[in-house]
Amino acid sequence: MTKLTYIAHDGTQFDVEAENGSTVMENAIRNAVPGIEAECGGACACATCHVYVDEAWTAEVGEPEAMEEDMLDFAYEVRPNSRLSCQIKVRDALDGLVVRVPERQG
Amino acid sequence: MTDTIKTDALIVGAGPVGLFAVFELGLFDMKCHLIDILDRPGGQCAELYPEKPIYDIPGWPLITAQGLVDKLLEQIHPFRPDFTFNRMVSSLEKLEDGSFRITTDEGEIFEAKVVVIAAGGGSFQPKRPPIPGIEAYEGKSVFYSVRRMEEFRGHDLVIVGGGDSALDWTLNLQPIAKSVTLVHRRPEFRAAPDSVNKMYAMQEMKELEFLVGQVSGLAGADGQLSSATIKGGPDGDVEVPCTRMLPFFGLTMKLGPIAEWGLNLHENLIPVDTQKFQTSVPGIFAVGDINWYPGKLKLILSGFHEVALMAQAAKRIVSPGERIVFQYTTSSTSLQKKLGVHD
Repeated sequence: MTKLTYIAHDGTQFDVEAENGSTVMENAIRNAVPGIEAECGGACACATCHVYVDEAWTAEVGEPEAMEEDMLDFAYEVRPNSRLSCQIKVRDALDGLVVRVPERQG
Repeated sequence: MTDTIKTDALIVGAGPVGLFAVFELGLFDMKCHLIDILDRPGGQCAELYPEKPIYDIPGWPLITAQGLVDKLLEQIHPFRPDFTFNRMVSSLEKLEDGSFRITTDEGEIFEAKVVVIAAGGGSFQPKRPPIPGIEAYEGKSVFYSVRRMEEFRGHDLVIVGGGDSALDWTLNLQPIAKSVTLVHRRPEFRAAPDSVNKMYAMQEMKELEFLVGQVSGLAGADGQLSSATIKGGPDGDVEVPCTRMLPFFGLTMKLGPIAEWGLNLHENLIPVDTQKFQTSVPGIFAVGDINWYPGKLKLILSGFHEVALMAQAAKRIVSPGERIVFQYTTSSTSLQKKLGVHD
């Protein structure tokens, strides 16, 4: 199991154990992290699972692919460390990953 | 004054569940009219992820979302449903004879014996970009779609976004606007390459301006814009003249005017019973993702089940006193006749 930390917009911290191969979005929904909507259910089609990857983790998490970058155009307050959490797959190297939830999704 | 359109069942939403409702209602001889805010049938399946595979439709190990919509349209074809697209239902009123009068945002009037809300996550509406104070200008100098091009003639126009809508309107409005500034957060676009090339060529000719960045502030008075501030570009904050703005930030889903129909709501969902899938108002049903009941799952297949049961209850309202005979399409000659099956 890989440890993930979500920090909700109000500062509440959610530490969860995630299975490798699942997505950061799925684990947020499973653990009722507020502010992740995932309207489209993980199809990279809605930009409502937007998160900010903690600066210490941006290199390891990596850059969005073209399709995700396109979808990020629709997200609220996009920053250089913005990602759609449905496109981040949990793996060993992400143990300890911290992501922050934006003020709102779209 | 437009003529009132009469139908047995008015279906709000032409997604997969709304489409299949036509089939189940049709088997009981009920005529259906569907209204959708999109310009084509399919709802989320067509608008958000037409090419995505769906794996949990019984009998289809894999079908794309658009593939499912196409198959549903084929399946309901014998019932000749009527469609009204690009419209949002706005008001609903119960008439003395128990039927309903429904009005759209463009003023069309429908009268139906039953109303079936199959509106999924709600109606697709343009997303509001994160620009402080933008609400004050909406409908006056900020628009989310172009209904009349003349509205933009002679204006300093700022278009925000990087998709086909943004690019197309940049090219189409450039000849009549006083100036056009296209703003997008990165130099790559999601639009047809031809439009992008045309835009860059026009920028080269100084016929329009393209700025990389995000709109961070607006200035104006009484709903009339005068300028916009763009941040994030290589030159820092830039102020551009702006008397009309068109932001294209995609669509989001909102319950919309249905919330004002006097139905009981539960966190923006419509509670129903699990026998008839009827709302708190008799004659108004809710099926698919928009309804709620204990154990509800937002699955297309659950919606299909819901419309089958709903149709039985709807039939009792549309044809009171008529005996309802439960039949199978595999063996009933009368159902097969309705489906246009030839032996």
